[in-house]
Amino acid sequence: MTKSTKFLLGLSIVLSSCAVYSQGLDPALLAKPATDSWPTYGGDYSQRRYSTLKQIDQSNVKNLTLAWIGNLPLGVGGGSFFAPETAPTIIGGEAKEPLAGGVFPPRVGGAILQVNGILYMSAPDNAWAVDARDGTVIWHYFWKSRGGTHIGNRGMAMVKDWLFFETPDDYLISLDAKTGKERWHKEIADFNQEYFSTMAPIAIGNHLIVGVGDDLDSPGFLQSFDPETGSLQWKYYTVPMKQGDPGLETWKDLDAASHGGAQTWMPGSYDPETHLYIFSTGNPTPAYTSETRGEGDNLYTCSIIGLDVDTGKMKWYFQTSPHDTHDWDSTQSPVLVDAPFQGKPRKMVMQAARNGYFFVVDRVTGEHLVTGKFSGAANWAKGVDKRGEVMRDPAKDSTLAGSLVSPDNGGATNWPPPSFDPDTGLFYVQLREVYAMYYLTESNQRLVTGLGGKEEDTVGNLGTSLVAIDYQTGKITWKYKYPDAGNSYGWITGLLTTAGKLLFSSDTAGNLVAYDPTNGKPLWHSRIGAISNAPETYLLDGRQYILVATGTSLLAFTLPQ
Amino acid sequence: MKRVPVVVIASIFLVGFAYTAPAQVPAPQQSAQPAPAPPAPPAHGAPAGFVMPPAYPVRPPADPAVVDHGKKLFVTSCGFCHGTDARGGATGPNLVRSQLVLDDKSGELVGAVIREGRLTKGMPKFDMPDADVSAIATFLHSQYTNESGAAPSAPINIVVGDAKAGQAYFSGPGKCNTCHSVTGDLAGIGAKYEPKDVQNLLLSGGGGGGFGRRAKSTPPAPTTVTVTLPNGQKYQGKLLRIDAFRVALTEDDGQYRSFTINGATPKVEVHNPLQPHLDMLLTIKDIDIHNLTAYLVTVK
Repeated sequence: MTKSTKFLLGLSIVLSSCAVYSQGLDPALLAKPATDSWPTYGGDYSQRRYSTLKQIDQSNVKNLTLAWIGNLPLGVGGGSFFAPETAPTIIGGEAKEPLAGGVFPPRVGGAILQVNGILYMSAPDNAWAVDARDGTVIWHYFWKSRGGTHIGNRGMAMVKDWLFFETPDDYLISLDAKTGKERWHKEIADFNQEYFSTMAPIAIGNHLIVGVGDDLDSPGFLQSFDPETGSLQWKYYTVPMKQGDPGLETWKDLDAASHGGAQTWMPGSYDPETHLYIFSTGNPTPAYTSETRGEGDNLYTCSIIGLDVDTGKMKWYFQTSPHDTHDWDSTQSPVLVDAPFQGKPRKMVMQAARNGYFFVVDRVTGEHLVTGKFSGAANWAKGVDKRGEVMRDPAKDSTLAGSLVSPDNGGATNWPPPSFDPDTGLFYVQLREVYAMYYLTESNQRLVTGLGGKEEDTVGNLGTSLVAIDYQTGKITWKYKYPDAGNSYGWITGLLTTAGKLLFSSDTAGNLVAYDPTNGKPLWHSRIGAISNAPETYLLDGRQYILVATGTSLLAFTLPQ
Repeated sequence: MKRVPVVVIASIFLVGFAYTAPAQVPAPQQSAQPAPAPPAPPAHGAPAGFVMPPAYPVRPPADPAVVDHGKKLFVTSCGFCHGTDARGGATGPNLVRSQLVLDDKSGELVGAVIREGRLTKGMPKFDMPDADVSAIATFLHSQYTNESGAAPSAPINIVVGDAKAGQAYFSGPGKCNTCHSVTGDLAGIGAKYEPKDVQNLLLSGGGGGGFGRRAKSTPPAPTTVTVTLPNGQKYQGKLLRIDAFRVALTEDDGQYRSFTINGATPKVEVHNPLQPHLDMLLTIKDIDIHNLTAYLVTVK
C-alpha cells in the first residue's frame, strides 16, 4: 500500500465514523495541515504546529501590522461603563453561588479554535466565541466553580456544532457553538481525590479523548466519551490498578502503583494511519520522594504511549524519565512527523521533555530511534541506557543537605508547545537553563504524599533560549539565547512555523517575534506585553492572520491591504 | 488540620508559587527586569475583585482532642496492619491517601469498613461505638501532608560537610577569595543567616528572582550596562531591561533612558557582577557546596 492510500484509508476511518456535516466543523480538516482554520489543539492532529499558509513570508513580514484587539469579558458581568458588553453571558455550574468577579487569575493559555470564521477559546471556568474578522465577542460562558487548582486551561475541542472543555473542578462541558448554551456537563474525575482538569479534549471520529491532572497520589487516566451523549466509551489508567496489570513489577506494590500518578493533562496527537492516539504522561507520585514507590521504573509514568482509539488499549510505550524524582512530567506535546530517517522514510513521534532531553520514537512500533540532550545545564542523569532512556542519578534527588540540580521544577521546557517545520527539517522548542537547590524536608518518606517533603530554592539562571534540533541526531542546529537583564526567569509560550519560511514565537520580554527558521534571526517584532499562549495562524476572506492572546486580550496581526 | 487554607494558597500565588508549585506550571509572568517584591496579599488573600477558589475540598478544623483519641484507637486497633502512622503496613494499605478515606466526610464510609471489615482481603469486623469510629476518621483526615513547608517529623541539620575542606576550597579551587573575604564582606555570615540561606547565598550570590529563599537577600551590586552610540556618546547605568530590540537603563542620577537596538548598533555591553556565580553552577559539586557551607556557618 502506498503512503497516500494508507493515509486515505486512515482518513476514511475517521470520516466513516462521523456523519457528513452540512455545517459546523468538517472533520476532514483535522487530519491535514492547518490552513484556513485551526480546528483542534495543535492546528491539526500531528501537533507539528506548521501551517502551509505563505501569504505572510520573509519578504513581507516587516509590514505585518495589528488587525484588531479583542477583550474578553470575565466573570458573571462583563463590559464596562465605556464599553458595555452586548454579548450574552451564559452561566452554568454545580456551585450554589458564582465566585464574584471570576476566579484568579483567568487567562487564555491554550489553543484557540478557528472554524468558519469564529474563534473559540477558554480559560479556567470561562469560554468565549469571538468573531475572527474583528475580535467582537459573540457569547461568553461562565462556570460557577466548586474549586480545584485553577492553573490553566489548554483549550476546547469541536465536533459538528458542539464545543467541549474541561473545568478545574473536574467537569466536561459541552456547549452549542452557535449560542454558547450548555448541552450537558459530566463529572470526569473525583474532586475529593484532588483531581483538577485542564486538558483540551481531542475529538477523533466519534471519540472525545479527555485527560485529567492531580497533585496528590491519585492514578492518572484517560477517558473517551461519546461527543453526542457524553456517555463513557472507555477508561484507560496510566498506572497498574489491579494484580496482573502490566508494569506492576516496576512498583513496590499495588498500593504504590495505584497511587502512582502519571497524569494526562496535555493533549495527545493522533495518527489516522495506525489509528493510535499518542500522548505522554506525567510524573510519578509522591513526586520528590521515591522510597515508597520501590526501586523500579514506575511504569507508565513519564512515558509516551500509543493507544488504540477505539479500545483504549496500549499498543506501545517509551519511557522518557524512568523513576522520575523531580516532578518533571513528560506531558510535553508529542509531535508526529513523516520524514527520512537514516535515509529511509519513517513515521516518527518526537518530544522535547521537561527533563532536558529530546526523543525520537517510531510511532508505529514504539522503537526508540534517537535520544539527545538539548539542555546543557541538565545535570540530574548518569547517562542514557541501552533502551535510549535516561538514567537518573540518585545523588541528584532532593536530599536533606541539598542537591544542586538543573532543570528547576519548571523544567527545561514545559506545556508551551514546540513546532516541527518540514521545510527545514528542524524541531523547535524553548529551553530554560535554571539551577535550584532541592532539599528533602522530611526524613521519614512514609509521611510524604503528593508534592510534599521538599523545598526548592532557585540559585541561578543561565537563560532562556529558542533552540532548533536536528531530529536525526538529537543535536542542536542553532540556539538563540534571549538577552536578559538577569533573573527574569522568562518563558516563551509556544511556537508556530509556516510555509512562508517563518517561525513565530513570544520572547521573554513581551515581544511577538517572527524569526528566520534556518538561523533564529529576528525578522519582525511587536511588543504587545505578556503573551500567554502559542501563536496560531488562519486564512479568512483571503487574508492570513497571526493570532495570540495576552491574558484575556486577543491580538490579530495581518498584512496591510 | 494540616490543609493549606485558601488564604495561604492565594498568597503563594502572589509570591510566585513559592512552595506548592504544582506539577503544571503556571502562566509565565514575563518581565524583562528584576521582579519587584510582590505586594503583601490583602487580609483575605486575593486581589480585590478576584476570589481564589479552594484547590481541593477543605475540611472544617478538627478538635485536637478528638484527633488524639482517634490516633490512640488507630494505633491499637488498626496499626498492626496499616502501620501506626496509617501509611500502610505488611498487609494493609496506606489509608491517608486512600480513595475511600478522601471521599469520606465524617466517618460514614470509614465506619462502614470498620464495622463490616474487608473479609475477602483479610480485614476483620470491628465492633466500635460511633464516637470512636468518628475519632478514627478524624485522625485519618488530619494526617494529610500534601503541602510542602510542613514541619518535619524530626529535626534536620543540613550542615553535613567538612569545614576544613570548605575553607581549603574557598581559597583554593573555588577561588571565592578572589572576590570575597570572611573578615570583609562575609564577616559574620554564619551568625546573620541560617545554614540553608548561607548555602543558597554562596551559590546564587544573592539577589531576587526564582523560587524560594533567594528573594530574602539583596544582590551585592546590580547588573549594569554601557551603551555606546555611533558618534561615541556613552550612556552607563543600572540595566532595567533588555531584549533583542531595546535596552533601558537608569543613570546614576536616576535618569531613565532607553535605546532601540538595530543589529550591532548601538554597542551594548552588559556587566553582571554575579556572572562568576552563574559560571560556577556548571561545575561545582554537591560535596564542595556542603563543605563550603560547613565552613561559612562557622564564620560568626
